Order: sequence, then structure tokens, then C-alpha cells
Amino acid sequence: MARVIVDVMPKPEILDPQGKAVHGALPRLGLTGVTDVRQGKRFELEIAAIDDDTIAEVHRIAETLLSNPVIEDYTVRVDG
Amino acid sequence: MKIGVITFPGSLDDVDACRAVTLAGGEPVALWHGDADLRGVDAVILPGGFSYGDYLRCGAIARFAPVMDEVVAAAGGGMPVLGICNGFQILCESHLLPGALIRNDHRTFICRDQVLQIDNASTAWTSAYEVGQHITVPLKNGEGGFVADAGTIAMLEGEGRVVARYVGANPNGSLNAIAGIANERGNVVGLMPHPEHAVEDLCGPGTDGLAFFTSALAALAASA
Repeated sequence: MARVIVDVMPKPEILDPQGKAVHGALPRLGLTGVTDVRQGKRFELEIAAIDDDTIAEVHRIAETLLSNPVIEDYTVRVDG
Repeated sequence: MKIGVITFPGSLDDVDACRAVTLAGGEPVALWHGDADLRGVDAVILPGGFSYGDYLRCGAIARFAPVMDEVVAAAGGGMPVLGICNGFQILCESHLLPGALIRNDHRTFICRDQVLQIDNASTAWTSAYEVGQHITVPLKNGEGGFVADAGTIAMLEGEGRVVARYVGANPNGSLNAIAGIANERGNVVGLMPHPEHAVEDLCGPGTDGLAFFTSALAALAASA
């Protein structure tokens, strides 16, 4: 078994209201050094055996279901 | 004329949409997300709500429901398809319409009567309106901000595919105050506000929404 991580983030030019809300809460914790926050999603896919085909499949899953390419970017990496 | 209304797990406004079809003079047909069958309908409405709990992204999982393959194929053949609110989000996720809907820029859910301007009265769903006409229908969404890249926005504007626009203060951060768009052919329309909640004087702000449904029935009658 292996774990593949897919990170999905809003594109830089797309407004991220959730990240802004988190950023806005930081001063209430007394934290003032953070200049920006962007919020994304992390997916952990358990895969029986990793090879080029399964990685290609993960890319296909990432771009068709896990992310919306209109508003989000994704990265794929094998854990460990 | 039969207009199908799809119920997904988490749809809320399917019954209202059926009622609007009836009041417009059509025959509503209940369709089920899990059935790859449009049951012989002449048009389809994807109603508002929170399909699949809005998990992952609004509309992202509904896109892969068995019924959606049929909807995509029928839309390609020219069948009138209207997506309202969550239905609009599903149409964007299905690539039947360009762009995407993101969380409102002010981060709060909005629920109010909203004035819209009809900017395209030649689609299957807006032919009973006039260009420039102002209508008032309810707007209720948490993720109604329409976004697309600059090239797509320019294409939509240039081709007259912005169907309706918010009048007054932008309620959710939609680019160019876009409330609804159409595909190139004009048979597929996505709309964030809710015309199906403005079809009777007893409930809602009036009957300004009814013409979306009478438009489709007229389009179907004309093509029959």
C-alpha cells in the first residue's frame, strides 16, 4: 500500500473568502505577522501499487473530480 | 409539454420547480439522479439546493450522477435545460456552461428579493421577457459568485450570452454582476436567483419568474 497526496488550492487570481476569514481571525489571537492566508484541500488516496499508470490515473482523478481547473490548481505527490 | 425536474440527494427546490411548470401550463415530470433516464421529457430543470451536501464543491459530485450523462447528451441535441442556483453550479461543473461559482465575497449566506435585468431575451428560457426588462425574484445562496477567466468573460459579453445581471449592489461578488448565462446555442441557461419562487402572488415577491417557464413551453411548442 502506498499513499498519494493530492493538494488542491484556489488559483492565485481567484478570491478565497475562506482564507480571508481565517486571516481576519488571526489578530484576535494576537498574531499580526501573517500577511495572507489561502485555504485549500488535501486528499489522501490509498493505492495498492504505485506505477506510472496509477499516477496518471490519480492525475485524471485530480483534474476531473478533486479539483475544478477553472478555479483551482492541484499537485500530486507520493507520500513517504 | 413535459418538463423534467431532477431530484438529487439534497435538492430543495424541486417541488417548487414542478409547481412553477404546472402554473406555466406545462406538465412536470419528476426525474431521479440515480436513473439514467429522462422519461421522454421535452426539457429539464436542475433545481436549487445542496446536492450531495455541497461536499467537495457545489455540484461537483452531482455532475457524475447517472442522469447527468443523459442531460449532457440531450443538451447537446438542443433540449432546453435550466439550472437554478445549485443547478447552475452543476451545469458549470458538467462543462455545459463556462465559468464557476465560488463563495460569496462577503462570506455570508444571502437571502433576499433581488432585482435583475434581462440582457438576453432570445434563449429558450427568456424569450417571454424583453431585453432590458427589470424583474424581481428571490436570491438565496452561499456560493453564488460567478467567476471565469478574462477571456471567457469577454466571450460571454461579446456573444451576448449574459442572460441576466444583478441590478444595484452586487450581492455576491459575481464578475460583471452576472446572475445568469447561456450556452452558445441558447438552450442551456444557468441562473443563480430563483424564478421558481416568484410564480404566485400569495408567496414571494410576485410573478416575475413565471416567464422563464412559459418561455420554455413556447420554445418547445414552436419547435414541435
